[in-house]
Amino acid sequence: MNDDDVIICRCEEITKGEIRRAIQAGATTFKAIKKFTRAGMGLCQGRTCRRLILQILAQETGQTPGQLLPGSYRPPTRPVPLAALKGEKP
Amino acid sequence: MAGAEVTEVAVVGGGPAGLSAALAARQAGAKVIVVDENAAPGGQLRKQIHKFFGSKEHHAGRRGFRIAEELVAACREQGVELWTDTLAYGIFDHTLGIVRGGTASTLAARSIVLATGASENALAFPGCTLPGVMGAGAAQTFINLHRVLPGRRALIVGAGNVGLIITYQLLQAGAEVLGVVEAAPRIGGYAVHAAKIRRAGVPIYTRHTVLNAAGHGELEEVTIAALDENGWPIAGSERTFAIDLLCLAVGLTPLTELAWQAGCLFEYCGPLGGHVPLHSEDMETTVPGLFVAGDMAGVEEASTALEEGRLAGLAAAAYAGYRSPNLEEEKAAARERLQALRSGPFGEGRYLAHEEIVRRWLKWRDAR
Ligand SMILES: Cc1cc2nc3c(=O)[nH]c(=O)nc-3n(C[C@H](O)[C@H](O)[C@H](O)COP(=O)(O)OP(=O)(O)OC[C@H]3O[C@@H](n4cnc5c(N)ncnc54)[C@H](O)[C@@H]3O)c2cc1C
Ligand code: FES
Repeated sequence: MNDDDVIICRCEEITKGEIRRAIQAGATTFKAIKKFTRAGMGLCQGRTCRRLILQILAQETGQTPGQLLPGSYRPPTRPVPLAALKGEKP
Repeated sequence: MAGAEVTEVAVVGGGPAGLSAALAARQAGAKVIVVDENAAPGGQLRKQIHKFFGSKEHHAGRRGFRIAEELVAACREQGVELWTDTLAYGIFDHTLGIVRGGTASTLAARSIVLATGASENALAFPGCTLPGVMGAGAAQTFINLHRVLPGRRALIVGAGNVGLIITYQLLQAGAEVLGVVEAAPRIGGYAVHAAKIRRAGVPIYTRHTVLNAAGHGELEEVTIAALDENGWPIAGSERTFAIDLLCLAVGLTPLTELAWQAGCLFEYCGPLGGHVPLHSEDMETTVPGLFVAGDMAGVEEASTALEEGRLAGLAAAAYAGYRSPNLEEEKAAARERLQALRSGPFGEGRYLAHEEIVRRWLKWRDAR
């Protein structure tokens, strides 16, 4: 079954095929895939897709999930309106 | 930035773990503020209209939302400040960046307890982004909090406790559930929950998976198939259901973003749901003064979250300078109860996993 068209990162609309191609091109860490494709950089900051991406990475590289690092986490943990940070109500 | 606030113990997350931690820290004498992003405190418990399992002292036979109401009342009575609609968006040393009422500010504390719970796992298959495909927890929020039926004809993926409970609650809410699909050869949840939905006539398809979902702009049908010994779909076994709701109950992952930001050391632990922060017997992480409790420290149950919260709250208060008079006895009692909760076929694996996490923490401490 060809599932290349299945969307893995819905925030950035990145498919399984795009992630596989990134891995084949040498992006063999979560961090590299993120920088290569933008998967995991969307509104949810990877809360939905991180685990799926790590599963694909594990399959494609023959590693176990425990061997893979989930990349870095930065603030904000949820989308925050810029107006909030400015101290003004939106 | 609006005004900065200061407290002695700050707790992120108002679920059973966070509320229990807050109560313990407050009873030890500390000034405590709990922040939670939701409109009301209680965490997952608010959606749990079913009766709980376990021992008497862990509220067996009681409904989750009632337990939350009691915890919240006890917190208020003791003078714990509960800040709802408050997001902790970041952690900077011992200061939380928060957004409260649409405005950013900071909350500094001597010690911090992270009790942020877990997030639902996704599943990827053709059509998985169609409206009508959602997490079981999301469906539960729709039904039990907002009183909205998210669909009339449903299929559930995952026969763990969450999948079985959402099945029953959808039936109670008036939806039709056509089946529960489970990839494993066995039902993962408690037999009592499974028996309940079987009595209601809902078939459980073990060794089956979802092949795809389809529809024009929204979910209209889902095709499932049986799996062979190696986990591959068996050709000819496909079955298509006309449904408008597909609930995914395929596990939870600890919500650990703040602990990563704070620089805690982690370990991957399958039985606990993924990467979890190393912690001591007192639930202290590798960042001094930063404690963890509940699902974010390893996905378990409300009962274990309450006990871990108690340990973290007592230790966080002690770190902030408020030693409970019977600190050692209280901690020992909580640990004993935790051990009792982590026994039997369902608890054993989690017990060993937590032991391993504590061992790693000790190794880290000794190497310092
Ligand atoms: C369908 C279902 C049925 C269940 N049935 C049972 C049962 O019968 N018995 C049992 O013992 N357990 C049961 N559980 C498990 C139990 O609900 C959880 O283990 C428990 O709620 C975990 O508690 P917690 O305090 O760690 O997290 P939660 O209850 O998830 O609370 C965490 C809170 O923190 C908030 N939060 C997270 N991040 C932030 C942030 N950055 N800023 C502000 N707030 C934040 C969240 O919004 C949430 O309100 C069930 C779970 C589900 C899904
Ligand atoms: S699903 Fe990938 S960032 Fe949200």
